Amino acid sequence: METMEKFIDNLSSMDLMRSEKMSLVQLIIPVESAHRAVSYLGELGLLQFRDLNAEKSPFQRTFVNQVKRCGELSRKLRFFKVQIIKAGLLSPIHPVVEPDVELEELEIQLSEHEHELIEMNSNSEKLRQTYNELLEFKIVLLKTGSFLVSGNNHAVAEERELSENVHSNRNYDEASSLIEQEMRTTDQSGLRFISGIICKSKALRFERMLFRATRGNMLFNQAPAGEEIMDPLSAEKVEKTVFVVFFSGEQARTKILKICEAFGAHCYPVPDDFSKQRQITREVSSRLSELEVTLDSGIRHQNKALTSIGYHLTQWMNMVGREKAVYDTLNMLNFDVTKKCLVGEGWCPIFAKAKIQEALHRATVDTNSQVGIIFHVMDALESPPTYFRTNHFTNAYQEIVDAYGVARYQEANPAVYTVITFPFLFAVMFGDWGHGICLLLGALILIARESRISTQACVQTYHKLGSFMQMLFGGRYVLLLMSLFSIYCGLIYNEFFSVPFHIFGGSAYKCRDATCSDAHSSGLIKFRDPYPFGVDPSWRGSRSELPFLNSLKMKMSILLGVAQMNLGIILSYFNARFFHNSLDIRYQFVPQMIFLNSLFGYLSLLIIIKWCTGSQADLYHVMIYMFLSPTDDLGDNELFWGQRPLQIVLLVLALVAVPWMLFPKPFILKKLHSEGRNYGMLMPSEFDPDAEPGPARERQEEFNFSEVFVHQMIHSIEFVLGAVSNTASYLRLWALSLAHSELSTVFYEKVLLLAWGYDNIVIRLVGLAVFAFATAFILLMMETLSAFLHALRLHWVEFQNKFYHGDGYKFKPFSFALIMDDDD
Amino acid sequence: MYGFEAMTFNIHGGYLEAIVRGHRAGLLTAADYNNLCQCETLDDIKMHLSATDYGPYLQNEPSPLHTTTVVEKCTLKLVDEYKHMLCQATEPLSTFLEYITYGHMIDNVVLIVTGTLHERDVQELLEKCHPLGMFDSIATLAVAQNMRELYRLVLVDTPLAPYFSECITSEDLDDMNIEIMRNTLYKAYLEDFYKFCQKLGGATAEIMSDLLAFEADRRAVNITINSIGTELTRDDRRKLYSNFGLLYPYGHEELAVCEDIDQVRGAMEKYPPYQSIFSKLSYGESQMLDKAFYEEEVKRLCLAFEQQFHYGVFFAYMRLREQEIRNLMWISECVAQNQKSRVHDSVVFIF
Repeated sequence: METMEKFIDNLSSMDLMRSEKMSLVQLIIPVESAHRAVSYLGELGLLQFRDLNAEKSPFQRTFVNQVKRCGELSRKLRFFKVQIIKAGLLSPIHPVVEPDVELEELEIQLSEHEHELIEMNSNSEKLRQTYNELLEFKIVLLKTGSFLVSGNNHAVAEERELSENVHSNRNYDEASSLIEQEMRTTDQSGLRFISGIICKSKALRFERMLFRATRGNMLFNQAPAGEEIMDPLSAEKVEKTVFVVFFSGEQARTKILKICEAFGAHCYPVPDDFSKQRQITREVSSRLSELEVTLDSGIRHQNKALTSIGYHLTQWMNMVGREKAVYDTLNMLNFDVTKKCLVGEGWCPIFAKAKIQEALHRATVDTNSQVGIIFHVMDALESPPTYFRTNHFTNAYQEIVDAYGVARYQEANPAVYTVITFPFLFAVMFGDWGHGICLLLGALILIARESRISTQACVQTYHKLGSFMQMLFGGRYVLLLMSLFSIYCGLIYNEFFSVPFHIFGGSAYKCRDATCSDAHSSGLIKFRDPYPFGVDPSWRGSRSELPFLNSLKMKMSILLGVAQMNLGIILSYFNARFFHNSLDIRYQFVPQMIFLNSLFGYLSLLIIIKWCTGSQADLYHVMIYMFLSPTDDLGDNELFWGQRPLQIVLLVLALVAVPWMLFPKPFILKKLHSEGRNYGMLMPSEFDPDAEPGPARERQEEFNFSEVFVHQMIHSIEFVLGAVSNTASYLRLWALSLAHSELSTVFYEKVLLLAWGYDNIVIRLVGLAVFAFATAFILLMMETLSAFLHALRLHWVEFQNKFYHGDGYKFKPFSFALIMDDDD
Repeated sequence: MYGFEAMTFNIHGGYLEAIVRGHRAGLLTAADYNNLCQCETLDDIKMHLSATDYGPYLQNEPSPLHTTTVVEKCTLKLVDEYKHMLCQATEPLSTFLEYITYGHMIDNVVLIVTGTLHERDVQELLEKCHPLGMFDSIATLAVAQNMRELYRLVLVDTPLAPYFSECITSEDLDDMNIEIMRNTLYKAYLEDFYKFCQKLGGATAEIMSDLLAFEADRRAVNITINSIGTELTRDDRRKLYSNFGLLYPYGHEELAVCEDIDQVRGAMEKYPPYQSIFSKLSYGESQMLDKAFYEEEVKRLCLAFEQQFHYGVFFAYMRLREQEIRNLMWISECVAQNQKSRVHDSVVFIF
């Protein structure tokens, strides 16, 4: 025992096993160097500030004005961005060439730019409006001209027609020609017209409204404008329609004009006289071309300005983002009594202390401050945040664990084991080296593109990947290990898209006769040494295939499960040792080990013995009668000498273990409490009552015996029942693996081989397509997902509930890099 | 039908109910209001709102803010949410959602007509209209000279057309006429909405009849108070009350003959739910009545969220947001005009 403990103590510590040691630090920063110090810390990104002003609302804090200014600046920058995108000038990100400018300078610069841009915009808007008006006028002139002209030309002919058709029954025709006739005599009879232009979408309603307002006493002519006209407000091209309304009477005129106004129709006067029309058209055209030149030069000018802004835009945005982050952080700090220093508190990992101090020193030197920044460690009462230093490879596994719950500070981190056990359990369910190779190729493609995708220049493309691809990319190393293990398991199961291969030599079995017709009914004969690695290929389709594979996979699942659960309980021992909690070792770890292993550890032992000896014993029978009648003779089922007494001993041990884990702990806790010892919680040795008054003392919480007892009862019952149900739960390894192999067999035999049986290229191709589709979508995607989820469950529930609390909180350092990532 | 909504409601209404409940979680809380009331400038208000659901709508506003911008942007958010829900809705929920906006439509019609009567610019009037109550030809309202024209020209195309059956007269428009028109329209609208909800049945009918009855009763009280001392006859007044609600019919008889505020009070105190409202007011006072009614309404609207599988939540959410925007407008006005002592006069806390 002693040597064992010594051995454990001497084990070199694993990096990921325990989260980084953290300490609560206090910074006292002179006001003049505060900004610089905080921005250096942001670059370093290893300190998590605590909000000391949580009770204050955002606008009551110290640096609220600076935050507002930054908000204003970023608003301006967003305005620029919108303008640049509108002008279609978004250039690729330029490398930052110039040093950062001061915020004040930037402020002036930006407001100048904004002013300039707004002025340019309003100028060009005015120009654009006049241009649009002229353009519309021109279109109206052209189109209405043709209305009027056609009216005039037809007039003579129509007059003749009219006299012929006077007694025609077609009233409509009559009416319309009457109007047209009247139109010709515009001047005499007081028939007048209004011409203008309106959005095409409104034209129908406009016409209806005119009809109603004038009680049908009008004639509405329309023609599409042909050209699309830019709407100055939304900068979109709108289709418009030219219209001419003929009417009579002054009252109708005011009404129509009002309706035109209400519908946003622009009215333009068109002279009746043909020559005058031409003259105006010419004038308008010439003014239009002049304006076009002005507009173009204006746009060029504006584009130039925008390009020069766009060149700096990213840099400015980064800078403003940083400034805002710095002031937000400064707002978390408190002024000390003299108002000359800012006091901040925060968590940092112990290894980072030197770096932080160096950064703070740099800040002092750079600001020429006479007073240095004071940096010292404080005693913490609350639990520190959890921080694991992960790399590309381990990050995904840590995420898998964190998705369940962030580890309590310094508790054993299951991610260490998850790195291997997770892909392995996945592979047990997904054993097929053909599918494994497909996955491997996918993973390798992702990894090969890693450097390209994750470099700063391609951030945009990365975000274009979509959430699904992003997830795949994040889990690329999980995918890699999963595929490698599936190839391994596939070799053991001897499955390649469900086809067995003779890779490791010849099969040990042969058929009873040449036709091999009874392989399925009566089986094969063994004629030489067993197949050296994995499942014998000849068994495929033979009588012994399914019974053998089922028995193998089922027993293997139990062995894997018992091993993983034991690992979980052992980790709880390491946790208890680490936190110096001998009570948990004695009254939780030991009985748990005994209970699990005297039942399921024994079962595993039996499985191994049965495999080694080739015994015919029925393990179900042994296990069931171990409980029902432990004293009976085992008969044929005896696997080794002394099995019966061993079973009795194990049964007694298991029965003893249950009260052992249930009763002693709460009573001992109660005793310790009544003795006045504060057990289990490590109070800081040098407790300074001045620094942290009040709440700390109250942490000696009320000891509520019934609560503790009920808690312990629940825990014990959960473990005892869980030992049975969790072991059963590991049988999902067998079930999924069976399902996977059967499914791929179905697709191979019932689709591909069936199609290949026909001597027809079309059927073969269709069969191949269906097979490829089913393999890709059902086997590679759906099955991967389901195996992944089951592996996840086995880790979260069956493995982690043995030791993992997962009630910590993550370390979120103040870091510019992280902030920029979030913004993107 | 009653009691079986749970089986089928989520087929069409589940998604939108989830959406609306999510939106409701974004309503400002009492803590938010406390913070807002402490603001010194409109920029502070903007800063505080930027941490709420309104953030994206206000963040691109240049810094010297005006109260109107704040209100406009907040309303825009509501309108966006409404439009989104309307797009996703299927029958009969889409009709229900459309019903919610008819009230605004009536207000807009009245606004434009009154405005043109006083020779205001149409564009200016259009800007003042509530965006939820906009319809295509609203600007044409300015053309109409009397009710008949109003109906024949414009409103015949709108959903409000059926409500007009009672007020088509050839009389020229004047302030009094318009006000009567508003109330007649409102009466017809509320009755139609009420009937529609009854037709939907189930929890929707149950909850909406309560909410609409309250609305109808409140309008009845307001009509009575506003018509005291005008030339409106008792019978005319009686005609403007909606034909449902807690006060219908006996309360209406009493309200119709009221001559001053204390008589109204006497009539209303016979109804227990309204007794508590009037007991808060001192005698002869009608200033605080609005706030008291709003508070009661908010309480009832919040209760609509306690039950599931009904459309009342949509109505309640829209109304609560509108109340919130009224609150924001009041707070912003108080802050802008340095009248911070009066902030609490008109703010109705929602949670």
